[in-house]
Formats: sequence, C-alpha cells, structure tokens
Amino acid sequence: MTEPLSFELSRGSLPAPRLPEAGVRTNAQLPPELRRGRPPALPRLSEPEILRHYSRMASLNYSISEQFYPLGSCTMKYNPVANEEAARLEGFAALHPYQDEDTIQGALELMWRLEQALCEIVGVNRITLQPAAGAHGEWTALRMIQAYHRSRGEERTEVIVPDSAHGTNPASAALSGFNVVEVRSGADGRVDVADLEAKLSTRVAALMLTNPNTLGLFEGQILEVAEMVHATGAKLYYDGANLNALMGICRPGDMGFDAVHLNLHKTFTTPHGGGGPGAGPVGVKADLVPFLPRPTVERENGRFRLDHERPRSIGRVRSFYGNFGMLVRAYTYILAMGGDGLTQASRDAVLAANYVRESLDGLLEMPHRGPCMHEFVASARNLGANGVRALDVAKGLLERGFYAPTVYFPLIVPEAVMIEPTETESKATLDAFIGAVGEIVELAATNPEELHAEPRSLPVGRLDEVSAARNPVLRWSPPSQPW
Amino acid sequence: MPYLVHAADDRQQMLDAVGVRSVDDLLVDIPASIRTRLLDMPDGLSEQETMTRVRELAGRNQVFEDRLCFRGGGVYRRFIPAAVSAVTSKPEFYTAYTPYQPEASQGTLQAIFEFQTLIAELTGMDVANASLYDGATALAEAAVMAVVQTGREKLVVAGYMHPEYVEVLRCYGEGRGFEVQLGLDRVGEDTAAVLFQQPNFLGLFEDAPAITQLAHRHGALSVASVDPISLGLIAPPGDYGADIAVGEGQQLGLPPSFGGPHVGFIACRRDLIRRLPGRLVGSAVDARGRRGFVLTLTAREQHIRRAKATSNICTNHSLCALAASVYLTYMGPEGLRHIADVSYQRAHALAERLTAIPGIELAFPDRHFLNEFPVRMFHVEQSLANLRDAGILGGLPVGQWYPELRGVVVFCCTEVNDPEAIATVVEVLSRTAVETPTAEVGG
Repeated sequence: MTEPLSFELSRGSLPAPRLPEAGVRTNAQLPPELRRGRPPALPRLSEPEILRHYSRMASLNYSISEQFYPLGSCTMKYNPVANEEAARLEGFAALHPYQDEDTIQGALELMWRLEQALCEIVGVNRITLQPAAGAHGEWTALRMIQAYHRSRGEERTEVIVPDSAHGTNPASAALSGFNVVEVRSGADGRVDVADLEAKLSTRVAALMLTNPNTLGLFEGQILEVAEMVHATGAKLYYDGANLNALMGICRPGDMGFDAVHLNLHKTFTTPHGGGGPGAGPVGVKADLVPFLPRPTVERENGRFRLDHERPRSIGRVRSFYGNFGMLVRAYTYILAMGGDGLTQASRDAVLAANYVRESLDGLLEMPHRGPCMHEFVASARNLGANGVRALDVAKGLLERGFYAPTVYFPLIVPEAVMIEPTETESKATLDAFIGAVGEIVELAATNPEELHAEPRSLPVGRLDEVSAARNPVLRWSPPSQPW
Repeated sequence: MPYLVHAADDRQQMLDAVGVRSVDDLLVDIPASIRTRLLDMPDGLSEQETMTRVRELAGRNQVFEDRLCFRGGGVYRRFIPAAVSAVTSKPEFYTAYTPYQPEASQGTLQAIFEFQTLIAELTGMDVANASLYDGATALAEAAVMAVVQTGREKLVVAGYMHPEYVEVLRCYGEGRGFEVQLGLDRVGEDTAAVLFQQPNFLGLFEDAPAITQLAHRHGALSVASVDPISLGLIAPPGDYGADIAVGEGQQLGLPPSFGGPHVGFIACRRDLIRRLPGRLVGSAVDARGRRGFVLTLTAREQHIRRAKATSNICTNHSLCALAASVYLTYMGPEGLRHIADVSYQRAHALAERLTAIPGIELAFPDRHFLNEFPVRMFHVEQSLANLRDAGILGGLPVGQWYPELRGVVVFCCTEVNDPEAIATVVEVLSRTAVETPTAEVGG
C-alpha cells in the first residue's frame, strides 16, 4: 500500500485551473532576457485527484490524533483543536506584519500577554518570541550570552554541554562560533560535578543544561552547579525540552538559569506538523535583557508598541515577529489551562512516567534509580542475548499500533529506549502500551526472527537506509532523465 | 480541566502501582527551597470563555480585505485554493511528529520528497532540502554554506535586499564569524559569496547573470534569494548559474499570519549537497522491493555530527512546505505562469496610472520590475492615511530602512487586487494630490 508521486500521477494534457484574467491594460512587456525558457516541470492534477492523492498519503502516517507517541524528549501531547480554530481567525491569519501599530493592537497584546505568562511559568524577566524552533532558540540565547560577554570586553570561546545533551546543543554552540567542551555524566546520570569543576574557566561563556536531564532525572545539585558556573562569570543556559515536568512545580529561573528556551510545540501543545513549524521563545534574566532580539513588545498607557530602538540588541534572528500562528495556539492553551491546569498537567506527566517505568521494570533494564520526572530511559540491553536490539523494540511497537519511543538517545545509555508518556494519554492507553512491550519482550525470547521482520503490516517494511545514503535520490525525475 | 484525561481513581491506581501516596513523593530530588508556590496566574477557563477572549483579541486588529491590500515587502496576499487547507488541516499531517520512523511516516516523507522536487524544478537547481524556517534564515544558512565551501569569511550583499534578511544575516555572521558587506564594489578575492534578491526588496530586477558572473570571476558563490511565484514567468537561478537558491515560500498557499509561520526553501548544485543544512528525504526500498522514503544523508546533521554539523537546525517547516506543495500542484506550470503574469500586468497598470498623477513618479524609471514597484510621492503620510480611510492598505514606505529612499513607497499588486480595487487606489491618490496643498510637501 503505497501512493505514486504527484509527478507520476501528472497528466501533461490537463488544462490549467481556471484563474482570473488581468482585466487591465498596460503597455509594459517583460524583456525577453528575463523570461523563463522551459517551464518548471510541476505536476498537473485536477482538484479531485489532488485531494485523493494527499488523503491517501495522510493515511500512511501515524499521528498524535490516532496513535500514542511515547517519544522521549519530544513531549507528544494532544493538540487541542480549539487552538487551530484560534489561529485561523481572520483577525490573526490575515494580518500583515507591516500594518500600522494602531491596527495590530490585538496581536501585540496577545504577544505581550503570552510573554507575561511564560515569564511567570519559567521565572525570568523578559522573553523573546522571535525564534522559530527550539534549536533556533538555543542559538539565539547563546548569541545573547556572547553579546553580554563582549559588552564586558570579554571574548569567551567555550560552551560546556553534558555528554547526554541533545545534538542541537553542541551544534548551536558551534554555529555561534564557540568551541564545545563536553562534561561527563556520573553513574547516576547526573552531571559529574568534579569534571565540571575541571572544565570551568574564564574561557567558558555558558553551561547548557536541561533539568530534568535527558535521563528524566532531576539534577538535585543544580543550585551548587549554578553557583560554580556563576563564580567564573559564565551563564547558565536551560534547554526547555523537558519543561513539561516542571510547570507549577519549580522554575528554571529559580534554579539559577540565566537564559531559558521553550518549545511551544512540546509543552504548550502547538502541533508538530510532521516536523515544524514550532516556536522556540527564549527567556532571560535582567542582565541579558538589553541583548534581546528586536523588536520587543512594550505596553505603555494601555497601548502596545513594537520597540525597535534597542541599541545593544543582537538584532534579528528571523524575519518579522516569530511564528505568530504558533503563539496564538500556545496562548489559547494557556488561557484554557490556567495556572491550576498547567500544574496538574505536569504532575500528571510525572505520575504517568513513573507508572510506565514501574510497569516496564523487569521487562526492560532500568539503568538508573527512580523516581523519574516526566520521562525515563530504559535499556534493551537485556534482550541482546537473542540478537534483539532497541531498534527491534521500536519496530515491534510500530507493528502494534504505537509510535516508537526515542531509541539510541541519549548516547550514554547503551540500547537506550527513552519513554515520555505525557499527561494526555489515558491509563487504558498506557496499559495497552505496557502490554505491547511485554509481548515484544516475549517474542524476543521465543522468536526473535519474527521480531526482526517487523513491522509487517505498515505501508512499507524496514527500508534500506544505508543504500539510500550511499546513492542518494533526493528528487523525482522523469524516467527518460534519471537524476 | 480541559485536555487532562485522568479521573481521580486512575491517578490513585497509578500512585498505588508506583507505591507512593502522592505525586509529591516523586518530586523528592527537587530542593525544597526552589519548589514553586502557586503560579501567579489565573485559573483555567472553559473553552467557551477561552475562545471569547481570543476572538476579542483578534477583533482588536484591523483586517484589510485581500483585494484592498497593496502592501508586500516580503509577505503577500495571494489567492489560496481551498484544497490547501483541506490537506494541511488533516490531523494525520498536522499532528504527526518529525518522520524519524519511516514505516509510520510515509505520508510526511513523501510530501517532503515531492516538495524537494517541486522546489528543485522551480529554481532550476539540482536539489532542494525539506525546507527551513523562513526566507531570512534560509539566506543565512546559504551564507554559512558558502563560508564553509570557500574557506572565506566575507559576504557581499548586492542591491536592495530585504532589510530584515540583511539584519538576520549579520546576526548569524556576528556569531559564526563572517562579515557582511554591502555593494558589488566590495567583491574581491576574499568574498565567499555574493547574495542578491531577485526581484529585489523594491520589486526591481537585478542583473542576476552579471552578478553571478562577477561572483564566479572572484571564486565566490552566487546566492539568489528568489520569489517562488515569479519563477513561473522569469528565468530561474539555475538558468543563470547561481550556486544556491533560497527564498520565502509564504506566497505558495500560506496566509500572512502577522509574519509567520511561513517557509524558507534552499536549493543548490549537486556538488554542494553535503553542505546543505537540515533535513533531506531520499527514496529507498524495503526487503520486499517496495519504494519508500527516508531521512537521508543524516551524517550532515546535528544529531549525528553534533558540533560539526552543517547547521543546528533540527526540524524544518514541514506543514508549511506541505501547503506549498499542494499549492504548486494545484496551479501546475501554466497556472503559476498565469498568476505571475496577471500580477505583473496589474502592477504595471497601477504604476502607469499612479505616475500619471501629479507628484507621483517611479523612483527608478529605468529599471524593470515584476509586481512590486517603488514610487516617489508627495504627501506620503496623508496619502496612506486617505487610502486607509478607504479601507486600503497602501504601499510600504521604505525610507525607514533606507534614508535615501525617504518619500518612496513600494506598491504591490497580485492576482487578488482586482481592476476595481486598482481604480480605487488611483482615485484616492488623485484626490489626495488635488486636495493637499503643495506647501505641505515634504515626503
């Protein structure tokens, strides 16, 4: 069950859709040297064919609307449908970014109120809503930290990241021109304080951490770490990937973090869209505020305005004001949940993770002591005797109607299976998932070959990714002109 | 509480299974001194109350009718076929995750593969990626590619580039360590790339082949930031030998949405593939010989290469790219050419009629333009205010970015600005010219 490409369905003889004629007179003629010669080989399909083509493709996807995604570090929670309705309101969707300020008061107020709410949730002074995604937010924060150090006449060249960090952390640091220094995790999965001490110096601009860490464990020594980092003049950066554990429970700002990025597409329920658009706002403490991207939204006498006059700003990190449509969705969610609802959401997320962890203990290895926060990392190492790996567990879950957990991440746990159930999966769903893992573990012992052949009933089986990378085919081309 | 699924007895059963009395017993690793007291925020609202509040905010914005919007500057009103949102509002697309598990993500992966092909075709380049955040960051990513490819650290921006794109480019440069210079006279043996916009921020055509030749003569790359609709009608970057083509895809089926989310695209020559940032989807086969699609060449990316990745970008703007794919498939080559041509004709008709009004003239009379054009006019503020009173969002005053362009307004026409709307603009500005005493001229 696969679907041909639109290019393969295309029929060159199909007429163009009916479109309005210009209906004006002009003497102008486009100079021939500017004209395109050969038209682009876009497909031609009628509207009924287009709808059916994409509907069939949609049916080949798993999605949060139908499946449970126990995807560690990704916070795949339910995406409220009211959010979608809000973002599509004409008063938001039809708004041009260069309208006069008095015609965009509602949009600016929404941004201002969202900033206030997020500041309270994470405990910072100001937030920029401009970054388009989490990685973009990381980089934005590092640029601000860099500008802060430079403003003090210091060119600090290093950024420290834990060996358990998400790959975007070192990549964002490198894109900001920093050298990346790794700090080890101890046996309990937490930052090795002695190693950190050895790596801290006045060359270090920032330490990037997430808390709870990538293993789903709270870094209990965080206050001590913050003190060590600040003593060298460096800044402490919070990767907001795991904020879903903490709303109303504790705040990164209170732990001593100076800059915090948030993923609105994780914690604040904006949909993932098959890989974006997301939104990655960044919050900062007072001494980083002057470096925020411009413009900021300010309220004066009950009116809202864009402040472009920020001389120490790092400038812009993208065009216009951020992924505004995602901001509308997140604000709608926050209004509906309120402080009480967000707190309960985090508590439920922690409870669900511990429940699943407890239930899987014994089926899979649990390399770290509990309790966990909103997620945990198990290891499929115990299945290795039969040649079964974490990948097989992932594919087996796909076969049983669940999306796969994050596997082989973090890198510090062999055969890692990282599970984050979130607060929006019912106990019945969690129990079904636990049952499916049990079935897979049993199959691993009794018939590993069968497990290796899964998934069997999805549109395609395991694809040969090695050959695909060796001889990359990255676009369709007509059979007469192979790419 | 909305969106929370547990009843009290579910919670109790889970607590019992874990063997604790309360969730607080699971939070013991958090130092007591930083446990949050109550969040200082209102309690949650019903859906009805939530939507009332949100609608009220939306209502505090002034929406200009599509046909009466003559302002572009990087974000445009275009007709969006109903098929676009019919597809993008399918939850199987919009609630799916990044397609890490290909067997369960073939819809998203195939959509990206089609998008890559569409953008490569449109730009005349060999290959395109899965999309980027927006046109500005796409330009910055192209700059990073050029810096790595050439080992040089200076970038030259030619002509009137979107000022916010230049600002983003500088912000990337100040971190990554490359310098942004303005003006073709800066091109030299230390130039990594020459970057230009076609048509430029004012709507005027640059001499793209000449800029590209100049870049190549100095061993620099040529990077074109292009308007995707224009490519139905005008020569694509592949034709004039550009090395990298980037752009903003908002016009391909996405609403203005106050500036985002939109979608950036990037396409390049085959030999630059391994320098591309972000996701790439390739075709593959399974054990039974069935074709499928996978994320590929991931050795470029942050989750494998970490600090040595080509970019820090983790995802793309998949759903926006999907909208663009549906749009382009709906239009086809002929439809796209038609849209670009109608926009061209209407903009030129408006330009001819505006410049017949005393006090309004083309700011660059010798330059060709596509569907946006700069006019120098008297009474900029009064004119725009009068247009607004008529429900019209007039052209964009660009003097705020370029001091030499004070008194210059860039008007934009697309297929949504019908002849009646064009006539209304001309009428309002003719009246303004008559009614406003020239003593107040200043611009």
